Order: sequence, then structure tokens, then C-alpha cells
Amino acid sequence: MKPIEQFAALAHSEDEQKEIIARRLAKEVKDGDYVNLGIGIPTRVSNHIPAEIKVILQSENGLLGIGPLAEPGQEDPDLINASKRAITILPGGSFFSSAESFAMIRGDHVDVTILGGMEVSENGDLANWKIPGKMVKGMGGAMDLVASADKVIVAMLHQSSDGKSKLVASCDLPLTGERCVTRVITNLAVLDINPEGGFILKERASGVSIEQIKAATAGRLLIPDVVPEF
Amino acid sequence: MNKVYATAFDALSDVKSGSSMLFGGFGLTGIPENAIDVLLAAGINEITCISNEAGIEGFGLGKLVASRAIKKLICSYVGENHLLEALILEGHLSVELVPQGTLAERIRCGGAGIPAFYTPAGVGTEVAEGKELRVFEGKKYLLETALTADYAFIKAWKGDTDGNLIYKGTSQNFNPVMAPAGRITIAEVEELVPAGSLDPN
Repeated sequence: MKPIEQFAALAHSEDEQKEIIARRLAKEVKDGDYVNLGIGIPTRVSNHIPAEIKVILQSENGLLGIGPLAEPGQEDPDLINASKRAITILPGGSFFSSAESFAMIRGDHVDVTILGGMEVSENGDLANWKIPGKMVKGMGGAMDLVASADKVIVAMLHQSSDGKSKLVASCDLPLTGERCVTRVITNLAVLDINPEGGFILKERASGVSIEQIKAATAGRLLIPDVVPEF
Repeated sequence: MNKVYATAFDALSDVKSGSSMLFGGFGLTGIPENAIDVLLAAGINEITCISNEAGIEGFGLGKLVASRAIKKLICSYVGENHLLEALILEGHLSVELVPQGTLAERIRCGGAGIPAFYTPAGVGTEVAEGKELRVFEGKKYLLETALTADYAFIKAWKGDTDGNLIYKGTSQNFNPVMAPAGRITIAEVEELVPAGSLDPN
């Protein structure tokens, strides 16, 4: 890579970094999957799912078959997603109560859960709902989602805004779930949780070196011989 | 038996301070906003409030938060309401944060006569503190107890004069779950029709 390109890779804005994550996340879903997308980066995924794949998006406030955001002027006051944004419903979609919604989630009828994170530990613990003394948002549906789905993917920037690694040996923040994360996708890398502990480096973002990922990861990093770019 | 009241004030005329109350709604949809306005105007306070969230500033339950009418809040999410977040962090309002699916199921069980149930949500977190942990087929679960309240305030799309309700879109959310869990349930509807005109299917 030419120096000027390297500079460009580092100079991605936060929005571009999130788009890198969203594009890679789209490869995690397959035709026929029922998927729940959390608030933040995960909701961007729907813009990147190829047209030939049919993925059914579940919204925990009681909707299966989320369509695109409503056009300005076309908003239905009785139709929002879990981020409270006006959306549409696709043909074949349905509405249901919160109790039925979480029966679907708890009953393991949702194949993939993608949600944001503040910290992920090397044994797959997730923290994303509270910073004691500073911030209380509440867990919303996150604890139910991570406790039940077979495939829990965390989508987040690799480091916090002050440069701290969000991939840690053990979480300092209150947990959302223990040993629940299967894969982490960041602006730098794709990492799987090793069942015996540690982050297995599966892929690196275009133009990102293994050294960069090592420097940005506080938890134990397991590096295979070949780490392709995504 | 007459279940129809001419105004929200009439329907809520005997609601007392210190009561426990369920409120339907998620985000800005399915919120019993007329009931909330009456509670506010009548100066009802010391409320134990059970709802998915506490509204935004200036709308829905956010109004009762701002007037300090809520003593205790049982909910899953308090983000996007900075005043509420400040009141909690300063200790002015007690809050029990409950995973959303657990909250829905606790209320469903309350209305269905089931006293408690096991759920995997919250195992290994603060939510598990003080709760019975039990293993079924190798997986850990927490014992959670049912929730009921003195009143349930519901928002529906259409209702008939016998109290049958139909919901619309994602405004359904917690409303049909809460309706059986209140000792007295008060519904507000966008359209009131005579009994017999809603499809019983």
C-alpha cells in the first residue's frame, strides 16, 4: 500500500468506520434468516443486504418484516422500529404484542442477533447498558436477546473515543450477558470468541495491519497464520 | 353495565395517589396520553409506575416524571430522557430496571394467574442478584415473579362499548399484555363503536 493510501485508511471518519462494520455485518446473514438488529451500527446493516437474499428482520416492539424507513410525509404514527424511527412493513410482515415478541426471542426462533457493545471480554461476556454513576440507559431487550440466540454478533468500534480498547480480558462495566457473544465485528477486524478464552483474529479490515489490531486489543488475541482482509 | 365514560376525567375520577399503575406504550406509540394528562391535572402522585420506558421529556410518562409524580419506576429503558436519568443518578426516584422480555412476561403472568417463571435473561448480571438460579438441561435460568397493578392504562385503536379492543401496528406493544393485569383497566381508543360491530375473530 502506498503511504498516501495508508493515510487515507487511518483518516476514515467515524461514520465511514461504522459503514465498514455495517458492510461486513451484511455477510453474516443468509437467505431465510430471522434477524434482530439492535440500536446504532446494527440498524445500518439493512442497507447492505443483497437484494437476492431474503432476510426477515424482527423488531422487539412487535414487528416481523421490517421494511425501509418511511419516506418523509409518509410516516405512519402506529409504525416504528425499536429505535423509535418511522418505518414501513414488508409484504408478509406481521404485528404482535411485546409478550409474543419475546416468546419468539426466548424461544430461539430468531436466528441471529446483532447488537452494539461497550465492552466484550475474551470469554464472550458483553457489557452495553450502564456506566455506574455516569450513564443509565437500561438494558431494553438486550439481556433477553443475548441469553437466547445461538448466534450473537457484537458490532462496535474497536476502541472508545478516548482510545481505550473495547475488547478486554474481563469487563469492568456491568454485564448484559455472560459468555454470550460468538463473534465481534469492528472497524479493524472480525474476531471469534474462542470457547477456551481469547479473541481469534479471523479477518482484518482493508489496509489494517495485524500490528495495529494487536495494539488496539487489550484482551488475549489469538492470531492464525493467515488473516485475510475484508 | 356501562363501561363507557364521556371524558377521561370521568373515567379516572376515583384513581388515588399511591396506587400502582401499568402504562402501555413503546417509544411514542400506543401511549395512553389522555389518562396521563388527567393524572397530571388531578395531581395524582406517589405512583408506582410499570411501563417499558418513561417517555421523553414533555410527552407521555415524561410529564409525570417532570412533575415528580412517580415514586417508583419499573421499566426496561430510561434512555432519551435526560431529566429522568438525572433524577435516578441523584437518587430522587427509585427505579427497578427489568429486561424487556422479562418485564412483558412478568405482566403476562400477572394477568394469567401464574405467580412466577424461569427465564435465561439476566443470568450472570446485576439482574440476577437475590434471585433463585436453577439449571434446566444444562442452561441457567432465573426465577422471576409476576406483576399486577391497581390500574392498567391502555391505548387501543378501536374499542366497543363492551370493552373489546383492537390494536394497530406497533402501537400494540405492551397494551394487550397489560390489559388483564390491572385490577381496574381503563382503555382509551381512537374510535368507539357499538358492541357487535367489531369482528369477534
